[in-house]
Amino acid sequence: MTDSDAFALSCPVPAGDGEIVQLAHGGGGRAMARLIDRIIRPAFADRELERRHDGAALDIAGPVAFTTDSYVVQPLIFPGGDIGSLAVNGTVNDLAMCGARPLYLSVGFILEEGLPIDLLRRVVGSMRAAATVAGVRLVTGDTKVVDRGKADGMFVSTAGIGRIVTATPVEPASVVPGDVVILSGDIGRHGIAVMAAREGFGFETSIESDCAPLADSVLALIEAGIMPHCLRDLTRGGLASAAVEIAETAGCAIALDEASILVCEEVTAACELLGLDPLHVANEGRFVAFVAPEDAEPAVAILRRHPVTAAAAIVGEVRSGPQGQVSCRGPFGVARAIDMLSGEQLPRIC
Amino acid sequence: MLSLSGEDPLTRVGRVDFGGIVKEVNLAFAPEAAVGAWVLVHVGFAIAVIDEAEAVRVFVHLREIGDLAEEAAAP
Amino acid sequence: MKYRDEYRDPEAARRLADAIARTVTRPWTLMEVCGGQTHAIVRFGLDELLPKTVSLVHGPGCPVCVTPIEYVDKAIEIALSPGVIFCSFGDMLRVPGTSGDLLSAKSRGADIRIVYSPLDALAVGRAEPLREVVFFAVGFETTAPANAMAAYRAKRDGVGNFSMLVSHVLVPPAMRSILEAPDNRIQGFLAAGHVCTVMGYQEYEPIARKHRVPIVVTGFEPVDILEGVYLCVRQLETGGAEVENQYSRSVRRDGNRPAQQLMREVFRVIPRRWRGIGDIAESGLGLGEAYREFDAESRFGPVRAGSAEAGECISGLVLRGERKPLECPAFGVRCTPEHPLGVTMVSSEGACAAYYRYRGAGAGAGAGG
Repeated sequence: MTDSDAFALSCPVPAGDGEIVQLAHGGGGRAMARLIDRIIRPAFADRELERRHDGAALDIAGPVAFTTDSYVVQPLIFPGGDIGSLAVNGTVNDLAMCGARPLYLSVGFILEEGLPIDLLRRVVGSMRAAATVAGVRLVTGDTKVVDRGKADGMFVSTAGIGRIVTATPVEPASVVPGDVVILSGDIGRHGIAVMAAREGFGFETSIESDCAPLADSVLALIEAGIMPHCLRDLTRGGLASAAVEIAETAGCAIALDEASILVCEEVTAACELLGLDPLHVANEGRFVAFVAPEDAEPAVAILRRHPVTAAAAIVGEVRSGPQGQVSCRGPFGVARAIDMLSGEQLPRIC
Repeated sequence: MLSLSGEDPLTRVGRVDFGGIVKEVNLAFAPEAAVGAWVLVHVGFAIAVIDEAEAVRVFVHLREIGDLAEEAAAP
Repeated sequence: MKYRDEYRDPEAARRLADAIARTVTRPWTLMEVCGGQTHAIVRFGLDELLPKTVSLVHGPGCPVCVTPIEYVDKAIEIALSPGVIFCSFGDMLRVPGTSGDLLSAKSRGADIRIVYSPLDALAVGRAEPLREVVFFAVGFETTAPANAMAAYRAKRDGVGNFSMLVSHVLVPPAMRSILEAPDNRIQGFLAAGHVCTVMGYQEYEPIARKHRVPIVVTGFEPVDILEGVYLCVRQLETGGAEVENQYSRSVRRDGNRPAQQLMREVFRVIPRRWRGIGDIAESGLGLGEAYREFDAESRFGPVRAGSAEAGECISGLVLRGERKPLECPAFGVRCTPEHPLGVTMVSSEGACAAYYRYRGAGAGAGAGG
């Protein structure tokens, strides 16, 4: 298993030993200490973790962004990622959306009794790899174990701290009519990849989740002197939910152009098959940026230079009203209203 | 249709490519479907094989309509 | 994707819309009877591309919408029975019954599973031999062959723990019922392309003749629908009253023979009550005598006749094409997909849901917009 090879030097336990997580591992005693020492701490190899103290001591000057998120994805492993890479990138991205450089993460694990240790090892390895790519340090954490049947394998929570590098607040309230909406890439990959990995959908696809860190692209914009009015990463509920939330909070209207919104062939096919609208499908490595009109073209040019945002494009504009409304102009020139999903999105029958 | 399998006409299935997504489809109601054919699928069953010649007819008709429009518009 | 993208070409759509505008000399009212067509019309704004003189009415094309409330109640009752696994297409989960829907039954502990195909439900039956597995077999003729196959295989393979709660409906009797109503305004029909793929279009010929209405078998992509409207209007302008086949790439006059054969083997024609419309003779399908043992009503008791639905919901009028969703005072105000008053707002094929999704809550009469 290549994941454990990566830190085999610091983790002497052989792979594939069939061990599972037991309640004792969460008991605060020797068993838990061994789990953390053998599996978790070595993976992150951070000096703060080596201090083995209740918390990390950090030195941060200036305005700080702070965020937290919990991850309950099923299945735990899916094409293009797993709950670990999701947990790291998700929090890194939330910090980036605040106009901050992500610095430190904490992690909380709730493990289900019976979870294979190999799976835990793999998830932790993914987190370490994702943290390295994103340039963040995992400096503190916690582990709990619950009875079989109470945690769907594992739940992961991460919190993150970053240093804010924008002069003005990046938030919905800063959005004004006339702003241009930029979408960082194609939509729908994560949701379809996860659905395909779940039983009961029964289709083969090569689609992988778009789970990825976005901080570098965002920081590149800021360093070039572009001050985004608002940034929002697209997660559950897709582009539609993000747009509606921002339109409602900002008290403006957003007009999108369907032809500019990229959806890859396979995601389109899967959505047709399942009766889903790509605008509502989850993403984990995409964001929308609201910028002043004069910054639009330069922003797109900068984003396109980074692999994760290579397909960035202008997809719409902000108008003064009707307030809170999002519309999308279709291929025949007719605009349709876009709303958030009401509850689960259900596959269609005819 | 990418591939077919099964001898029993009731359980004959095909792997069908829906623009990149591949799904298994029951062919009991489309016994004439062959590899390379386009099929109309509903709730996991192929209910028709697309007639490619007929499919083109819509566009031939459209061209005729377009010609009529030009005649009507010409002064 | 081939056979989809070219039927969404804006240039082709525009050309057809122009042709329709040029052909029309008087107002005409057409009805389409296919949830998929309703959906496409509202999503692509096809009704806005048509001249104002052509009125496109949404008929009872959504099988979810016309399923009688007593069947939903029975489904919930069965789903809540101990040991039962209840399988259904996703759309039925949020259809309002007398008190609650299948989704709320799920949160009360019912084991309800969404399936994509009836064979998936049968597979659950095979995988769980100690549980009773019931499938909610709802739909028009398009879905009937698949449902028939599930029953046929269950019987052939002896899957004794599997049964189906059947509420199938047929399109032609509904069309006749609408045309026979004294205040009928419908002058032409777009027949559902997928229904006709299975059944062919022979049974529409007597209807066209008797009521002197053109019926055009139409697909459900935008170009198909516009061409269907064009052909229908062209007939109306020249006094035609024939059945025409726009969807000829999928539909043949005889339809799909193997599918019809299996339907005849498994089902029999019975009277059905249509939600919002009432009883229509010979308008439904039920399991035939040879398949009684796979009928959920044999195992769990017959469906009891329900009470009339009270309240603001005008879904019956919407289904008959007498009102448009936007004319309902509750639309978008008291009736939304989160809190639906009736089925036409719940089902993604329903007319009200299509309007809400693509035109917005504020488009209704009651919203003061």
